[in-house]
Amino acid sequence: MNDTATDFQASDYRVVIGLEVHVQLKTQTKLFCRCSIRFGQPPNSQVCPVCLGLPGALPVLNAHAIELACRAGAALNCELADLTKWDRKNYFYPDLPKGYQTSQYDLPICSGGYVDIPIAPSVHPTGSQNVYKRIRLVRAHLEEDAGKSMHDEHSGRADSKIDLNRAGTPLLEIVSEPDLSCAEEAKTYLSELRLLMVYLGVSDGNMQEGSLRADANVNLHFVRDGKTVATPIVEVKNLNSFRSVERAIDFEVARQSSEFLRTGLAIGQAPKQTRGWNDALGQTELQRQKEEEADYRYFPCPDLVPIRLTSLQKQTASEQSAATPTHYRDRLIHEHQLKSNDAEILIQQGKPVVEYFLHCIQAGADAKRVSVWMLQDVLRTLNDRSIGIELYPVSPSRMAQLLAAIEQGRVDTSQAKQALAKLIDGPSLSVDAAIESLGIVRVDASEIELLCKELLAENADVIDKVRAGNTKAVAALVGQAKKKNRNADPRLVQETCLKLIEQMQ
Amino acid sequence: MNTTPETLTLSALGQQLRSGGLSCRRLIENQLDKVHRSNASINAIVSIDSDRALAQADHWDRQIASGQSVPALAGIPISVKDNLCSKTGVTSCGSRMLRDFRSPYDAHVVERLQDSGAILFGKTNLDEFAMGGSTETSIFGPSHNPWDLRRTCGGSSGGSAAAVAAGLVPASLGTDTGGSIRQPAAFCGVCGLKPTYGRVSRWGLISYASSLDTAGIFAQSVEDIAIVLQSIAGHDPRDSTSLPHDVPNYLDAISRANPIQGARIGVIRDQIESPGLDPHVRRSLLDAIETYRKLGAKILDVAMPHSKYCIATYYIIAPCEASSNLARYDGVHYGFRSTAKTASTLDRMIEQTRSEGFGPEVQRRILLGTYALSAGYYDAYYVQALRVRRLIRQDYDEAFANVDVLLGPTTPQPAFRLGEKIADPIQLYLQDLFTVGANLAGIPALSIPIAPGPEGLPIGMQLQAPVLAEAKLLSIAAGYHRAIEYQPKLPAAFEDPTS
Repeated sequence: MNDTATDFQASDYRVVIGLEVHVQLKTQTKLFCRCSIRFGQPPNSQVCPVCLGLPGALPVLNAHAIELACRAGAALNCELADLTKWDRKNYFYPDLPKGYQTSQYDLPICSGGYVDIPIAPSVHPTGSQNVYKRIRLVRAHLEEDAGKSMHDEHSGRADSKIDLNRAGTPLLEIVSEPDLSCAEEAKTYLSELRLLMVYLGVSDGNMQEGSLRADANVNLHFVRDGKTVATPIVEVKNLNSFRSVERAIDFEVARQSSEFLRTGLAIGQAPKQTRGWNDALGQTELQRQKEEEADYRYFPCPDLVPIRLTSLQKQTASEQSAATPTHYRDRLIHEHQLKSNDAEILIQQGKPVVEYFLHCIQAGADAKRVSVWMLQDVLRTLNDRSIGIELYPVSPSRMAQLLAAIEQGRVDTSQAKQALAKLIDGPSLSVDAAIESLGIVRVDASEIELLCKELLAENADVIDKVRAGNTKAVAALVGQAKKKNRNADPRLVQETCLKLIEQMQ
Repeated sequence: MNTTPETLTLSALGQQLRSGGLSCRRLIENQLDKVHRSNASINAIVSIDSDRALAQADHWDRQIASGQSVPALAGIPISVKDNLCSKTGVTSCGSRMLRDFRSPYDAHVVERLQDSGAILFGKTNLDEFAMGGSTETSIFGPSHNPWDLRRTCGGSSGGSAAAVAAGLVPASLGTDTGGSIRQPAAFCGVCGLKPTYGRVSRWGLISYASSLDTAGIFAQSVEDIAIVLQSIAGHDPRDSTSLPHDVPNYLDAISRANPIQGARIGVIRDQIESPGLDPHVRRSLLDAIETYRKLGAKILDVAMPHSKYCIATYYIIAPCEASSNLARYDGVHYGFRSTAKTASTLDRMIEQTRSEGFGPEVQRRILLGTYALSAGYYDAYYVQALRVRRLIRQDYDEAFANVDVLLGPTTPQPAFRLGEKIADPIQLYLQDLFTVGANLAGIPALSIPIAPGPEGLPIGMQLQAPVLAEAKLLSIAAGYHRAIEYQPKLPAAFEDPTS
């Protein structure tokens, strides 16, 4: 044991985390051939001589991947390279059919950049406004995915099979600086990155299908009395869900802390470890421990030509990268005065939901009312039916008309909900028809006035109460009004009664 | 059918086939007879699908008989080096690793040949994965020089050169990474063209050193080279390094009268005066230069100050690329896999497969390249070699500012004896002295036979031209052959028995 550890206590550290996130790009075809990247197809059904690495086959770049990478880079505030190129990363692995991965080494397509991640109000209790933390990026580069090894434990001897459908799928690897300081922050960062990629159409962000995969570099900085000691950096691989990112980092923090307090080994004094996350057992497991970095013998791929990004490409990328979650957050909170929690729920639903919200407002609906209805009714329906907003049967303009009917007092909330149910079941039904089908007919103002005069004549006590300053007393008339005319709008009845009482004076 | 100049060249054969003077079937049967008679002695062709060749011959006979117009190479048998993928038969690369490998697709050049009507007439022997200069590293054993069976036919495209020289085919495709077409062409007394890098697609050419590999042509005459080049040149979107430029009409270019009058021919003095140059080669070259002068060419001396670094540069860049290009042969997906008991774990299986599947020269180059690309050595070797490569290119650019073509020897001496150099890799590497420059610069280069030496061994002259100047290159070569009334002929042992 090294006595460094005795200088510190278990609570003396801060956590330092950097994430490498692989984002699968939403292209039609692979990075260097024309095979489809559709998920879930029969093994080795989406392969050709190029992605199989057959002798004599040559790669041809998919230009769409460059476009998507530029768009992502612009949204991540990266500098887009003038000149970028392809390098081969050489290593042997059964799921790597060429014996090298085509990647980018010293001239990545995107350099620098940052992501502002929203910090939960519980962490920063400064009010309802969103607070952001800036996570800096090192770079983002393009590379091809490997295939998948599958181990069949059922056959007599453990048998391995390889599915190369995924081999050659375009990935954007986004490397952050070690700016993340806890598991929750890492999770938020990953979630924000996912949201950004989905909003921009760069990735489908499907975690179950492996469209986003993270590796975390984690270590601890022990600080006491002005003295800082860093523990060895551990790379944790295979983090395929938000939950596993959070759990794996929490596990590592605890493990490294106790390891350091036990051994006192600081960075440079112990070999760099690569550990894999075992989700079932909830622990990280040692995969590789090396004194030196693996030597991948990177060199420029002679089968591909370097790429010059034009100013037009860069301009297009910056135009296409404007519609970020942050952009919409600002609009929802500042332009439409939503509470940040409500805004965030809509934002997390994805861009089409946010667009739906904005379209309702465009069609004349009140922002607050739309948000209430979306958060309660619309999202529940989407959830119950497992559909996206694209398949929601009520268009923003019909939704806006329905909400206007409430505003105008034609229907009350419960009637509006019944009308909404009719609209959902009848995609071609008009809002008026839906309301009328509930037996609600418009009662005109003169009729209401007659009704109210009648009511006031029968309820002198209410007049007294109102005159005494209790305007809410008119609410007692609503029930009677409904008995006389079930289509009478409660709000209008109350308003009319107050007006009449006032006039009586 | 006797072999005469009229039946030795592709252009003459084509005329006979189209005029009906000779049937395709008759031609193919005749060539198959020759293969049966002669191939055993030279080991040029390693596999051939006779039935398919005959069926294609019948197809073209029917087309011709029906009076339909047929493509330029209709019915012409052409063999292809066995590192060019073909759906027909095996594509072995002369290696145990791919001995049974059947490609599911055709190389671009194979497609183009067949689109032009050519009949795929056998796959030819080569140094394993095209690494070598004597066709001695092939799993099928060495090929022999038809002019002297004890001698090498050169390499790595030795089988293709020997097949043309022995009259088995009028033309053959090879590949040239450091001289692998031009050197065997010189040794076997035939014409061999390495086109501009990117002029002919590499799709389906099994990579050795991707930035240098070029598919090219062997034939008995410069005219035949032009005809075949016409069919295989041009842009191919499947090869990112393929050039988009239009393909000129090469035959028109070489038919032009007096191509040599006023041409500026640069003589690389260092090469002619090289102490390692065989005196007979030097004398033949000086004669050729004199001929050019008499034909009205302007002869200029040219210095290539960095040419002395060509071999060193080549033997860094090529092995580096090879070490990565050949990583795919790991026994996992296809090709040879070791069955040794020691190959029990995955890593051991890959190691054992590569140890047994690759021969010593291939292993040597993989190790050289792996070493040169390793951390700590990369800058000193690979990056430095790329820098020198740029300087060599500059030498050529400067030379071509003043001359149309460069003239020099293809090889330091005529064909050496089999076994003479195989134990000494450095001696073998030095064979590439005059040829690798064109690969490093990406320019077209052609070797054509000139006056033979005293032992009757062929001697080759190399002409090099600027990028995409194949038309110029071929016309200056053709002009010379016309002037000396060059007639291709077969070695005595390969002439048809008189009927």
